[in-house]
Amino acid sequence: MPDATMNADAAGGRAVTFRGGGFAPRPQRWVAFVVFTVLIALAEWGTREGWISALTLPRPSDVLTAFRDLIQTGLLFDHLGPSLSRLAVGSAIGVVAGIMVGILIGLFSLVRSGLVPLVAALFPIPKIALLPLFVIWFGIGEGSKYALIAFGTFTPTVVATYGAVDNVDRTLIRMGQSFGLSWLSIVRKIVLPGAMPGILSGLRISLAIAIILLVAAEMLGAEYGIGAYILEAGSLYDLERLFAGVVILSLLGVFVSAAIGMVERKLLAWRT
Amino acid sequence: MEIRLEGIGHSYDGFEVMRDITLEIPAGRIVCIVGPSGCGKSTLLRIIGGLEQPARGRVLQIGEPPEGCLNPLTYIFQDFALLPWRSVYGNVSLVLEDHGIRGNEADEIIADVLARTKLSDFAKALPKQLSGGMKQRVAIARALAVNPAVLLMDEPLSALDSQTRELLMDDLVSLYERQPFTAVYVTHNLGEAVRLGHSIVVLSRRPGQIREVVHLDRPIQERTLGDPDLEIRQKHLWELMRAEAQAADAELMNA
Repeated sequence: MPDATMNADAAGGRAVTFRGGGFAPRPQRWVAFVVFTVLIALAEWGTREGWISALTLPRPSDVLTAFRDLIQTGLLFDHLGPSLSRLAVGSAIGVVAGIMVGILIGLFSLVRSGLVPLVAALFPIPKIALLPLFVIWFGIGEGSKYALIAFGTFTPTVVATYGAVDNVDRTLIRMGQSFGLSWLSIVRKIVLPGAMPGILSGLRISLAIAIILLVAAEMLGAEYGIGAYILEAGSLYDLERLFAGVVILSLLGVFVSAAIGMVERKLLAWRT
Repeated sequence: MEIRLEGIGHSYDGFEVMRDITLEIPAGRIVCIVGPSGCGKSTLLRIIGGLEQPARGRVLQIGEPPEGCLNPLTYIFQDFALLPWRSVYGNVSLVLEDHGIRGNEADEIIADVLARTKLSDFAKALPKQLSGGMKQRVAIARALAVNPAVLLMDEPLSALDSQTRELLMDDLVSLYERQPFTAVYVTHNLGEAVRLGHSIVVLSRRPGQIREVVHLDRPIQERTLGDPDLEIRQKHLWELMRAEAQAADAELMNA
C-alpha cells in the first residue's frame, strides 16, 4: 500500500478507491448448469472408480437407465398422472381456501383475533402425522390425499396472504373510499392486486410443501404415484429407482417454480 | 355547492390537535389552509371530506352538487395515490366503474379529462413510467373525471421538485380559468397559497385554531411568480406563522 501511495503521489494525486457495487445479484443462467454437471460428473466418476461405494450413492448413469426404463414401459405416466392430479386438486383447495381466509384475517378484526392463534397452532403440526386421521375422515382413496396436501398448503398460504394484505398501501385504500368505491370494489381492485406480490411469493413455499407432502400422501393406499414409486423402491433398497423418483420430484419443483415465475412476470409487470 | 365548518375540534387519544374551527368555503373559490407542521391541516381536510370523524362540531354541505356530479367531495393526494398496476386510462376508469360508467361513455370522459391535463398521449402508460408531475396530473384527471363539486387538495405539489411545481401551478390556474372550481387547498408552502388562494386561512400550532384569514382579491390568472404585491402578502403570512412554526418545531412529538 505505501508503495502504491508513493507512485500515485508522484503523479500528483491518487485515484479514489472504488468501494461501491455488489449486493445486487443478477441471474446468470449457465452457472446452475455448471454446478449440476460438476456434481453429477463427480458422482459418476467416484462410483466408477470405486471411491464412492455402490451402497452410498447409485451411479448417475444407472439412475438414467432406471429413468429410461420408466419411460419405455410407460410406467412414468402411470405414476405421474395420479400424482399430478393429487397435487393439482389438493393444492388448489388449500391455496384458494388459504387466500380467502388470509384476506378475511387481513380485513376483519374479529376474524384476525379469532383465527391468527388457530393458524399459529396448526402451522407447526407435521401434517404427515395426521394422515391416519385423514384416512378415517376422508377414506383411504383420493380424499385423504387431497386433504393432506390441501391442509399442508393452507397454513403457509394464509400466513403469506394476511401479511401481504397488511402491507397494501393504506393511502390507496383511503383513495378508493374517497371516491366512493364499494367495499367489494376496494377489495377486488385495490387490496387483492396490492397483495398479489406477497401471495405469489407465499405460493412458491406452499407448492414446494405440496410436493413434499405428495410422497407422504401416497404412503397409504396408493398403488400408483411418484410417492408410491419412491417408497416402494426405498423399501427394496433399490437406490437407482429411488433416485429416479427423487429426480422427478426435483424436476417437478423446478417446473412449478418456473411457472410461478412466469405468472409473476405477467401479473406483476407493474412493479418497478 | 358550499361547505361550512361549524366549531370543528379534534383530539387523538385525549390529545387536542384542533380547536373550534369555523369556516365557510364559498362556491367557485379556492381556500388555502396554511399552518406549521402538526397543526392538523391534513386532518382538517380529511374531516371535510368525510374520511375522518371530528370529535366536536360538524361539516355541512349547503346546496345541491351540480348535475352529473359523481363524487361531490373529491381528493387530490400528496403522494398521488395511483394504482401502480393500472395504466393511466385504468386509473381514471377505476373511479367511473363503480358508477356503472363503462365502454364508450367512459372513453369519452377519460379522453376529455386526459386532454385537459395534457396526458392524451400517455393513456396506456403505467405509473412507474411517469414523472412525478405527470403522476399528479393523472390524479388531477381522475378527480376531474367524477365532476366534483369541491376539490380537496392535500399538499398536491409537495412531493414535486420546484420547477415541476411551477408548471403544475400554471396548469391548475388554467384549469380554473377554463372552468372555475371550488377547492380547499392545504399546503405548507406560502408561495403556492398566495398564487392559488382566494382566501388563505392561517392556522396556529397545535391545537390548531384559525389565527387569521387573508383575502386576496386579484384574480388568480393575473398572479405571477415574483409579483411584488404577492411577495408582500407572502411576507405578511410568514410573519404570522414564523413564531408558531418555531414553537412547533421545538415541541417534542407526543410529549
